[in-house]
Amino acid sequence: MTIATSTELICFLILGAVVVIGSLGVVLLANIVYSAFLLGGVFMAVAGLYLLLNASFVAAAQVLVYVGAVNVLILFAIMLVNKREDLKPIEGLALRRLLSGGVCLGLLALLFRVALTTPWAVPGPAAVGAGATERIGEHLFTDYLLPFELASVLLLMAMIGAIVLARRDVLDADVGTGDAVNQALVEKPQTPLLIDESRS
Amino acid sequence: MVITFATAATGLVSSGLDLELSFSQSLQGLGISPQVAHLLWLPLPMLLVLVAAVVGVLVTVWLERKISAAAQQRIGPEYAGALGVLQPMADGLKLLMKEDVIPVRADGLLFTLGPVLVLVPVILSWLIVPFGQNLLISNVGVGIFLWISLSSIQPIGLLMSGYASNNKYSLLGGLRAAAQSISYEIPLALAVLAVVMMSNSLSTVDIVDQQNGAGVLSWNVWRQPVGFVIFWICALAECERLPFDLPEAEEELVAGYQTEYAGMKFALFYLGSYINLVLSSLLVSVLYLGGWGFPIPVEWLVGWLGQSVDAPLVQVITGSVGIVMTVLKTYLLVFLAILLRWTTPRVRIDQLLDLGWKFLLPIALVNLLVTAALKLVFPFAFGG
Repeated sequence: MTIATSTELICFLILGAVVVIGSLGVVLLANIVYSAFLLGGVFMAVAGLYLLLNASFVAAAQVLVYVGAVNVLILFAIMLVNKREDLKPIEGLALRRLLSGGVCLGLLALLFRVALTTPWAVPGPAAVGAGATERIGEHLFTDYLLPFELASVLLLMAMIGAIVLARRDVLDADVGTGDAVNQALVEKPQTPLLIDESRS
Repeated sequence: MVITFATAATGLVSSGLDLELSFSQSLQGLGISPQVAHLLWLPLPMLLVLVAAVVGVLVTVWLERKISAAAQQRIGPEYAGALGVLQPMADGLKLLMKEDVIPVRADGLLFTLGPVLVLVPVILSWLIVPFGQNLLISNVGVGIFLWISLSSIQPIGLLMSGYASNNKYSLLGGLRAAAQSISYEIPLALAVLAVVMMSNSLSTVDIVDQQNGAGVLSWNVWRQPVGFVIFWICALAECERLPFDLPEAEEELVAGYQTEYAGMKFALFYLGSYINLVLSSLLVSVLYLGGWGFPIPVEWLVGWLGQSVDAPLVQVITGSVGIVMTVLKTYLLVFLAILLRWTTPRVRIDQLLDLGWKFLLPIALVNLLVTAALKLVFPFAFGG
């Protein structure tokens, strides 16, 4: 075994252990902030696996999108609504845990079956390496154009939805009770754009 | 460093200085296998870059003290070494000696991990900074994209230290830092994308090569003036320098996410922010100011003097000129950043976010589209 292959094997074992233990921690830890930070670690380890597969562009994109955007937003959301409150005990928690554990184990069994029965070509196709960026670009703008555009439309819808939910439209009268609302207490009183005033 | 340059002088190849090849050749001459030679070579550039980064920080801290003193009509550090050049060393030693305090109610593990997570990506980004044709640690294909994705890890470290300090000022500072760096990352990436489009490559070496056809006239700053300004503003915001130092605004947040930190952990934040400043300036000079290129192409000068570009002595001189030019451009930009810090007032958080999302982002998008159009119309000038 040469130095290069043994280094690769050691890296793979470490990364694999980090992914498995880290994801178990994400699911099992009680403190949600720890779970979120561990999730970031798991994403980084997955990026490391991509690097081992010679897919450096995918690895960098994984770090940028999952660690830099998704995970930071999760942390942001957790910290902005960081209320220290004791949650109510949920009825039948043990049964729920048992059921969800069963579903997860079934999924694991399915994945194992797929992994063991598929005739993997060993060794796989040659790595594209540095040309990967161009290949991904070509695919995105030819045969994968439709899913790509659909995904962007979906994201646009989510964005508009978020803006609608986050806008604080304040009417001068409460819609339910008809009482007057004291607009002086509102940070930025403004004319509502989304609610039709003529109806109320 | 001595070893690498000594070997460079003995064995040189045609494509500029290739220190690794000559190093492994000289080791193989001693009867060591190529693999072991490669293994021995690997830590050398990393160490060199670590040392370069730390020395760069010391110089920057000294400059900051001296320039701020000049801006405020003071003298600044004077007694530690000539003109106070040893003052940053004294600062660093003082921080090393200090007691490492972890607040009782803080989360010890996250409190320690936070500064590390802030510093490591910044140092890793030095991987792609070229000082010459072969004078960089690794010419990875994804080059500048690696820097963008690595710099997106930093906010996690800031959030972590802000949260773990168990202090409202720290948490607010961490949240502000994360919000700021998320919003300025997008125009920054778009500005970089316009440059990448012109050079048809993400690799920093290719980006510099593409700018050095006609010396100072072919630098990207003439073809991408808007992108240059956007990148510089966003880089300052990513480094949390004034006028964008809201995460540690003294008057509002004590010191932001670093309020509870002392000793070496505070030093890590300090080091991280200054390494980031030097790195950003390096990347501005690589992306827009021709990197290691001399204002008049070195090849022309060599031709006028009747020498061959491949001659060993010429190559050593070319390499040294490249390093000097990179450092010179970088420190001019650092000087500009320091002047800005001591002469401009801080923006408010709503102004900061307005500037990022409502001004820089649309301009960066338009810049990208215009660059694409120009590339189609004038392929000779915009790298078709």
